[in-house]
Amino acid sequence: MVPEPSDVQTAIETASALETARITATLIRVTGDWSLAEDCVQDAFARALVDWPMRGIPRNPAAWLTTVARNRAIDRMRSAASEKRAVRELAILTALEGLEGEAESDPAADDDRLRLIYTCCHPALPLDARVALTLRTVAGLTTGEIARAFLVSEATMSKRLVRARAKIRDAGIPYRVPPPELISERTAGILAVLYLMFNEGYSATGSNSLIREPLVREAIRLTRLLAALLDGSPQEPEALGLLALMLFHHARRRTRTDAAGDLVTLEEQDRQSWDRAAVAEAVALLAAADQMAISRRSQPGSYRIQAAIAACHMTASSSGTTDFGQVALLYDHLAQIAPSPVIELNRAVAVAMSQGPEAGLALIDQLDLTRSLAGYYLLPAAKADLLRRLGRKTEAGREYQRARELAPSEVERRYLTKRLAETTAGSPSSSEYS
Amino acid sequence: MEYMLFICSDPTAPKYVAAEDNIVEWGAEMEARGVSRHGDRLRPVEDATTVTVRAGEVVVSDGPFAETKEWIAGYDIIACTDLDEAIEVASKHPMARFGKIEIRPVWPLGE
Repeated sequence: MVPEPSDVQTAIETASALETARITATLIRVTGDWSLAEDCVQDAFARALVDWPMRGIPRNPAAWLTTVARNRAIDRMRSAASEKRAVRELAILTALEGLEGEAESDPAADDDRLRLIYTCCHPALPLDARVALTLRTVAGLTTGEIARAFLVSEATMSKRLVRARAKIRDAGIPYRVPPPELISERTAGILAVLYLMFNEGYSATGSNSLIREPLVREAIRLTRLLAALLDGSPQEPEALGLLALMLFHHARRRTRTDAAGDLVTLEEQDRQSWDRAAVAEAVALLAAADQMAISRRSQPGSYRIQAAIAACHMTASSSGTTDFGQVALLYDHLAQIAPSPVIELNRAVAVAMSQGPEAGLALIDQLDLTRSLAGYYLLPAAKADLLRRLGRKTEAGREYQRARELAPSEVERRYLTKRLAETTAGSPSSSEYS
Repeated sequence: MEYMLFICSDPTAPKYVAAEDNIVEWGAEMEARGVSRHGDRLRPVEDATTVTVRAGEVVVSDGPFAETKEWIAGYDIIACTDLDEAIEVASKHPMARFGKIEIRPVWPLGE
């Protein structure tokens, strides 16, 4: 029976999301050849696109895809090795022929995928290459898709991937899950790569936001996969914390800008339009992570704390009912484990919201004097906002101007110009925070 | 796999403290593990000589091939299972604290 085209489409998308990393990881383990593995998996999906609409969706798509990818690898290795059949190549061929279409629940397959993620995110690779390689190999995006998401040419992205694979091979980057003494540091490295991937997509505005959307989607999906693979490990709570953080951000994606593409601050966002299901899932994940952390005696890392801060905002029915005292406390905690002037600024804002603008302003003034955030537009923007709340319009105007000069993009500049105009016009306005 | 460690000076690194220099222990450990192939200090860049042959002419100049704030103060050839082991070996070297270490895989001729 010929299946519905939409069913085939769904089956292929599901298989791609679930199986790409597993099949690629297994082929890399057996052949040691990254590009061969990636190409063969891509070929298998291309075959599915042609084959499944005609012959129907196989009963076990995972096994079907593994077999096709494996056979493709055997063909490619045979033709490449026919001239001089090195012993090593024969051994690889034998191992490939022994590969079965393993089931999704196979623990060996989980190990293969973890090995793949740790290797893609090895600290000896440049950061941009780690992100690109993870998207290519673990998520199974094509080079063209990744290039578009990063707004570079396909040739540039292709070169980046070729270099990364060459370094893995030539510098002897091990294809493995790191040993216990390295696991915590290396897992933190993976989380950083995934958060970077998410932010690359999330921070995009205007026409770019649609093109970069796959980065957000894949980052969330990969973090979900990593958390599942780390099931039972001391690293699991922090991975869940990152997943919760991403979901909290993602839940308000539709409300961050208005119809005209102008920025809408957190305080002014339409809370009814937040994705309630995503918020609920994030809250549940965070609670699960906290529970696990207690029994495994693991200290909260920066993602769990950031997610807890996001939870304060996202579960409040309005800005006015947000527990800013708790937010300030959490920023305090965050500053202790990951000191940074940006965190200090955020803490100052939370203090202003809980104790009053003067208290926050004093902290921001101190920070301003250290010049550690010179060039960062959000410092003068926050200062301007507090001055405005205190009715010190002239000073507020000066700070808005300073912020506008430092603003990184047109969207922020437009927003600050609007605020500046309000200050000079002297009209009372509602408060805001982003 | 063989790697070469370039033991480099770094003007931004903490000051050298003789009491914290564990080079003897490092050498003994790497010897015992079968990691060490060969290694030594190098005389300072003032003692460097650079040679080029251009149009058949040998040109000898004093000093290093490149003027930099950091210079290579020593080297080690090590044999490791993979880059992670090389990183671990380099991280235990005292000059990882008082300077910096570049790890480069050896590329045998014909490979």
